[in-house]
Amino acid sequence: MLRLALKSLLNRRGTVLLTVFTIAISTALLVGVERLRGETRSSFASTLSGTDLIVGARAGTVQLLLYTVFRLGEPTANVSWETYRRIADSPMVAWTVPLSLGDSHRGYRVLGTSAEYFEHYRYGSRRQLEFSAGAPFDGVYEAVLGAEVARALSHRVGDELVVAHGIGRVSFAEHDDKPFRVVGILAATGTPVDRTVHVPLAGIEAIHLDWQSGTRMPGRAISAEEALQQDLTPRSITAFLVGMENRVQTFTLQRQVNEYRAEALSAILPGVALQQLWSLTGVAENALRIVAACVVVVGLLGMLTALLTTLNERRREMAILRSVGARPRTILGLMVLEATALAGAGLLLGLGLLYAILAALRELAATRFGLFLGMGPPSAPELLALAGILAGALLVGLVPALLAYRRSLSDGLTVRI
Amino acid sequence: MSETKPPVVALEALRFGWPGQPDLLDLDDLRIAAGERLFLEGPSGSGKSTLLNLLAGILVPRAGRLRVLGQDLANLRAGARDRFRADHVGFIFQQFNLVPYLGLVENVTLGCRFSPARRARLGDAAAQAREARRLVAALGLDVDALDRRPVTGLSVGQQQRVAAARALIGAPELVIADEPTSALDATARAAFVELLFAEVERAGSALVFVSHDPALAALFPRSLSLPALNRAAATEAA
Repeated sequence: MLRLALKSLLNRRGTVLLTVFTIAISTALLVGVERLRGETRSSFASTLSGTDLIVGARAGTVQLLLYTVFRLGEPTANVSWETYRRIADSPMVAWTVPLSLGDSHRGYRVLGTSAEYFEHYRYGSRRQLEFSAGAPFDGVYEAVLGAEVARALSHRVGDELVVAHGIGRVSFAEHDDKPFRVVGILAATGTPVDRTVHVPLAGIEAIHLDWQSGTRMPGRAISAEEALQQDLTPRSITAFLVGMENRVQTFTLQRQVNEYRAEALSAILPGVALQQLWSLTGVAENALRIVAACVVVVGLLGMLTALLTTLNERRREMAILRSVGARPRTILGLMVLEATALAGAGLLLGLGLLYAILAALRELAATRFGLFLGMGPPSAPELLALAGILAGALLVGLVPALLAYRRSLSDGLTVRI
Repeated sequence: MSETKPPVVALEALRFGWPGQPDLLDLDDLRIAAGERLFLEGPSGSGKSTLLNLLAGILVPRAGRLRVLGQDLANLRAGARDRFRADHVGFIFQQFNLVPYLGLVENVTLGCRFSPARRARLGDAAAQAREARRLVAALGLDVDALDRRPVTGLSVGQQQRVAAARALIGAPELVIADEPTSALDATARAAFVELLFAEVERAGSALVFVSHDPALAALFPRSLSLPALNRAAATEAA
């Protein structure tokens, strides 16, 4: 019977091949979306790893996360340097990385930080930042660029750049008297680090010495060299990352920070906050899945059309099979088997296609977007999607099969077309 | 010898009609003996296809008795009737007799696929294929040359011989031919009937040959007219 079904399919290989392709493409799309979703989710969840707490002025969890990790939005208030030092010196704390935001360079955020940033910042499965060129900053007027900044603005090590006051793409207030020299360019990470210009905290302090509340103070210009003579310890920072000596004490420190009396502070767990933020994107995520599911439905409808159009010309074939003793049930089975074989072939081809595409785009995704595409066997949700397609195909295949069944009952041996 | 066997077909006071409709077929008495060759003249509308579907066990009579090989088909369930047909009845249709995606020999051995009895008579797949080739050759076709081509490329006359071979394979007791020659010209028609006779005789099958063409009646030892037999058609016409 399987041979009969396969031969029948082979006889119509033109339409059958097209149908198989349609199913293959919709399978590849649906499973591909599912895989991409899984990968982006895990890559998103590990935008920042290895950091136990993020501490900033009191704000909502997501808000704090947005400006410290994603460099989006405006910090509402700062943390004083004294507070920062006090917490950083706590015996529970292993390391801290100060973050200072507020300036930009041609649309990219400028982040004031310390050299610890390059040592302790982790993303993905605890991957350290790597330099594709140069080294971490050492001097006050030195900058390290994220991969995307360097690529988009064609900056190379040794180039000079001017930091603009504020965060607009077009800024009229520029710190053009104190340019920074690019000393390092980071490798792509697929995280917001790629879109960041990193400078030392002292550099941020230096360019703001002769500024007061957002404007340059006339007649009080301080040159870059003069600035170096002054105390460049910042008065405040935006936030800081904390690594614990012992992770068990994370909650103790979190509580202490949240109850800190001298200043209103928030300490958040990055992992939890990232999960919360991801859940906000759930709508877009589901939209993508719905579109992919629609493509599958279209693919299955294509299969239905292909099966139905041949049904009429196959009435005689059914009558012949009936005449040699095939039961109507056999004919039903034959049709269902054909649909199953079609869908099965489509599914396998689709998976093959998907893995081929993954293999081809892997390199690009990793270097360009820092997205690691797994080549492993289908995950549980992917298998569920595959099973869904197969079940849909069987359901669709049942329609022409039942029609053929009913017809073979009424036609009997005599078909008149 | 044929007298000792039960008649292949015995029907008495058989009536058939679709539910809620008047009788289409009302036959008083018809017997076909084993190995008999019967010509049944029936223009379209005379209840011919209904009778064929009844003999095939696809339809069940409304009243009366229909025995094939002594078996009352009405007493069998649908599945058993399908099996019965597979084992004991071979069919040749007007045209488009072949399954397009099977080869020539496969089309012939298709007659065995659903019939354990025919398989038992012939043996394994190789034996079935041998018999298929023998039959096709006996019906005047060059098997080796034609088996390699798709059956849809065969001429109508060639297709009809393949169909005859399929009906005959495994020597069923009854072969029913439904207008098998209507697409053939006069010479081919007579030649086909001659070949069919030879193989039917060899297999020991009874042959019911239905056609609207009375010219063929002369070739048969016995011929009947379905409109004359069918009382339902007569009353309707009157």
